[in-house]
Amino acid sequence: MSEYIEHNADGPSVGLVKKETFTFDEGGSGLTLDSGRTLPSVTLAYETCGTLNEDKSNAILVCHALTGDSHVAGYYNEEDPKPGWWDLMVGPGKPIDTDKYFIICSNTIGGCMGSTGPMTRNPETNHPYGTSFPVVTIGDMVRCQRRLVDHLGIDTLLAVAGGSVGGMQVLEWSVRYPDRVRAALPLATTTKHSAQAIAFNEVARQAIMADPTWNKGDYYETGRPEHGLAVARMVGHITYLSDESMRHKFDRRLQDRVELSFDFEADFQVESYLRYQGNKFVDRFDANSFLYLTKAADYFNLENQHGEGSLVSAFSRASCRYLVISFTSDWLYPTYQSKAMVKAMKKNGLDVSFCEIEAPWGHDAFLLPNDRLNGLLSGFLNRVSNEITGDK
Amino acid sequence: MRFDLQVIASWIKPGSKVLDLGCRTGSLLSYLTQEKHIIGTGIEIDEDAAGQAISKGLSVIHGDIYEELEDYPDNAFDYVILSQALMQVSDPETCIRDMLRVGKLGIVSFPNFTHYKNRLQMFFTGRAPMSKELPYEWYNTPNIRVIPITDFLRFCEGMNVPIVKEVAISTYHHDEKGRVITFLPNLFATFGIFMLGQSKG
Repeated sequence: MSEYIEHNADGPSVGLVKKETFTFDEGGSGLTLDSGRTLPSVTLAYETCGTLNEDKSNAILVCHALTGDSHVAGYYNEEDPKPGWWDLMVGPGKPIDTDKYFIICSNTIGGCMGSTGPMTRNPETNHPYGTSFPVVTIGDMVRCQRRLVDHLGIDTLLAVAGGSVGGMQVLEWSVRYPDRVRAALPLATTTKHSAQAIAFNEVARQAIMADPTWNKGDYYETGRPEHGLAVARMVGHITYLSDESMRHKFDRRLQDRVELSFDFEADFQVESYLRYQGNKFVDRFDANSFLYLTKAADYFNLENQHGEGSLVSAFSRASCRYLVISFTSDWLYPTYQSKAMVKAMKKNGLDVSFCEIEAPWGHDAFLLPNDRLNGLLSGFLNRVSNEITGDK
Repeated sequence: MRFDLQVIASWIKPGSKVLDLGCRTGSLLSYLTQEKHIIGTGIEIDEDAAGQAISKGLSVIHGDIYEELEDYPDNAFDYVILSQALMQVSDPETCIRDMLRVGKLGIVSFPNFTHYKNRLQMFFTGRAPMSKELPYEWYNTPNIRVIPITDFLRFCEGMNVPIVKEVAISTYHHDEKGRVITFLPNLFATFGIFMLGQSKG
């Protein structure tokens, strides 16, 4: 998803936030990943906003999508031109209300925004891991987040929320650690990638690997595969939009010209937009991380990992309340995939709410202003929070 | 709350599990949750209504009644309610059988088509009747069938579905007040409300 959609920064904000880090090494034995390989230690970058209440029952973990980071809301400094990626949703009086809840957002393992990933120096060689970094899974990401939640002294999360690949982490949390999650909000997501989603990711990875400067992932001292990464982002970006949103935004309008150039300049606005998005992405993201994170998303298969091939059996492990949301024009993770998870939850007698929101903007809809989405999230979280108060 | 919903609510035992089919914005479910501490779920096909219900803190699934009913295990609920939606159901037999599969008891309510005012309107004007309970023209109605109380009773008998409780009422469509009709309900009642049990054998 395009986490850095330009937000309207007006309105209430959590204000200044600070990126923090947490490092753990499991008592020196390191973290063994799903792949069987071990990392000597793992660092997660994370941010928090709001205040943790006395009995630590108001914490919400927000999981970012593919190329997002820990900066979910607020600003790093007064001059910061834009806030965190979900500032629309997280803040005082907003649906994920920082006046009521304590929000945690961490950058995933395998990323490049402060957490351990392929850019990190391997302590054994003193060189960046590059492609010698072990392949990580959504399960590994969630296990690391759990260490962070332990570190913050939180036993049970009020909710875990996230869209897209963040939604996969939400689902993983709910079946892996059922006794530590009261409510789960998987938005615009899936329990496993379709062949189409894997296909787009593979094209994106090939674009990176075909860039000669990629150099099998060993490029940190020689110069980054910028072109390959930009193309990868362009491919991804197309899947985040929809036919209708592209027609509405660009149609066949020309960019800075009145007639066709008859060369390979960016004649059309849509070409120019994709080039801009690709180049902007290169400034903030690491190509190897992109390879690892897309692979983690492709590998995710909740029914295989937790239900021996049965989604119903996977959700038999869960006990939290769910709010599942899909968007009509999301063709990356279409509604039928959300309906399949809702079906499996119902068969297990789980408390589930589901809404397919009419929105023309494609997969990115969960990041855009949407009153329906706001109402659903705040109403659902209110209920969960009232239940906790009622239990006391 | 509407009078017909008040009657339905009075039939529900506190603390039970309830599924409300076509729950709209969830007014019955909220009432039952607050007053009778039920564990409730709704199904609603309209996004706006389903969204409003979820925003109130109710568990609601945005979807089609048939498709959604299929996924529940047998006897998952104590009551399955179909309030004023039977007119829009394309296959009532399957729907009611499925209601009584997932629920121990079913509750069905609908506007009585053979109310005397409808009969008079049809007789004197020669046109399809319109009423506050069925406020549509033939060309814009969402209702694909009309249901007289007498015919519904025959229908249940034919399906071997026992009627556990029944009440006929007279109330205007959105009124909070009304009265129970015991004399010639098929003529004088505006709504019929029935509690259905699972067929034996």
